[in-house]
Amino acid sequence: MNSPLPSTRSIGLPIGLLAELTHRCPLACPYCSNPVALEGRDTELSTDDWKRVFSEAAKLGILQVHLSGGEPAARRDLVDLVAHCASVGLYTNLITSGIGVTEELIHQLFDAGLDHIQLSIQDADADSADKIAGYKGAFKKKQLVAGWIKANGFPLTVNAVMHRVNITRSAAMVELAMLLGASRVEIAHTQYYGWALPNRSALMPSRAATEKAVADVDALRKRHAGAIVIDLVIPDYHATYPKACMGGWAKQFINVTPSGKVLPCHASETIPDLEFWNVKVHNLSDIWHRSPAFNAYRGTAWMAEPCRSCDRRDVDFGGCRCQAFALTGDASATDPACFKSPHHVLMKDIAAAESSDGADTYIYRR
Amino acid sequence: MTDEVQTALPSVPKFPRGVRLKHDEARQEWVLLAPERLIKCDPIAAAVLQLCDGQRTMLEIVDILAEQYKADKLLISRDVFVLLKGLADKKMVQM
Repeated sequence: MNSPLPSTRSIGLPIGLLAELTHRCPLACPYCSNPVALEGRDTELSTDDWKRVFSEAAKLGILQVHLSGGEPAARRDLVDLVAHCASVGLYTNLITSGIGVTEELIHQLFDAGLDHIQLSIQDADADSADKIAGYKGAFKKKQLVAGWIKANGFPLTVNAVMHRVNITRSAAMVELAMLLGASRVEIAHTQYYGWALPNRSALMPSRAATEKAVADVDALRKRHAGAIVIDLVIPDYHATYPKACMGGWAKQFINVTPSGKVLPCHASETIPDLEFWNVKVHNLSDIWHRSPAFNAYRGTAWMAEPCRSCDRRDVDFGGCRCQAFALTGDASATDPACFKSPHHVLMKDIAAAESSDGADTYIYRR
Repeated sequence: MTDEVQTALPSVPKFPRGVRLKHDEARQEWVLLAPERLIKCDPIAAAVLQLCDGQRTMLEIVDILAEQYKADKLLISRDVFVLLKGLADKKMVQM
């Protein structure tokens, strides 16, 4: 970087930490946000390593920890890790597929102090859900797990990733979430990173279907206000403005991979030449303040036009660096989701072509 | 006092599972933590929410605050009601 590092004082403190406890997962969803090169079991951090990371996180100012994966229940020390987070005052959210989760585990997690559970569901149609997950019986198992979650007194969020095959059932997903007793549902339009990028042409929905899905969910949000909170992850290939990715690069969030690499976002390893530091070598506070990857796109000094003089530069922070790199080859370019990007037309053309004439088979995540 | 406020006074406000009030040592402020949500409390909200222990009624909370701030109970009860009702609508408080 040519620009000087921001002074420590101008860097805020992070509020959330996504802990990818493992990349192991029984499901094979083609839009998985994990990297295409998965980290193996033999590289995973130990229980003591994770506990130290969580202690450092609490001290640094992290308030909420999201225990994710892969499937976090594949870690035998999950209950122990939750108890440790609770003991240092961290709010804990488990992000699970439900597969490999037992009623006994849910009970133990409650006693350990887990605050909230997010359960993924692949579709409102059982056969289609199992096909997307690449796992027969997944849909049925998830209904069971949702029942255990509610019976043990947990608040439940249902996460549904939407794409070409299930997008017409967006409203049905909200209704299914309500039926399962969820207090919150995330209708998350696929983001094309990780496994979703090579699968993009099999996942991309048409603009018309996307607009209808967004309108349907908006109507349900009004109808069910007070009964369920509906959050939407925007379909940005069909957007006019980019999303404020991660609330700004290295501004609010930290991602730790199974092997201990610390990333500004889960997809940032797709950007070449970024230097990531590891929790086995550096303290989390040092990594947040001083590591090259975190300082690479922090703030606005790195921006080129049209971002640099744009009055939305502090609103959306130029959008997503990983998407800018994936579509333009330049990670400091304006996110092509923005109508001001010279590559915006390219993005629209990709979306139009792939949604009408795309692949009909998935490359499953394995 | 409106009927709505009057009716709410005997209720016992509490945080449901998944919602926690916490003093954020790093930033020296009170925050309310919920699923994928974080609300920074202003000093008034912090004072009210610290009294929501799952035991006290809204009336008892109003009495304590009126004494503490030497303020009018009607005004306090309206402020407390507006705060708690707003959080209840977001499922961050049970009343």
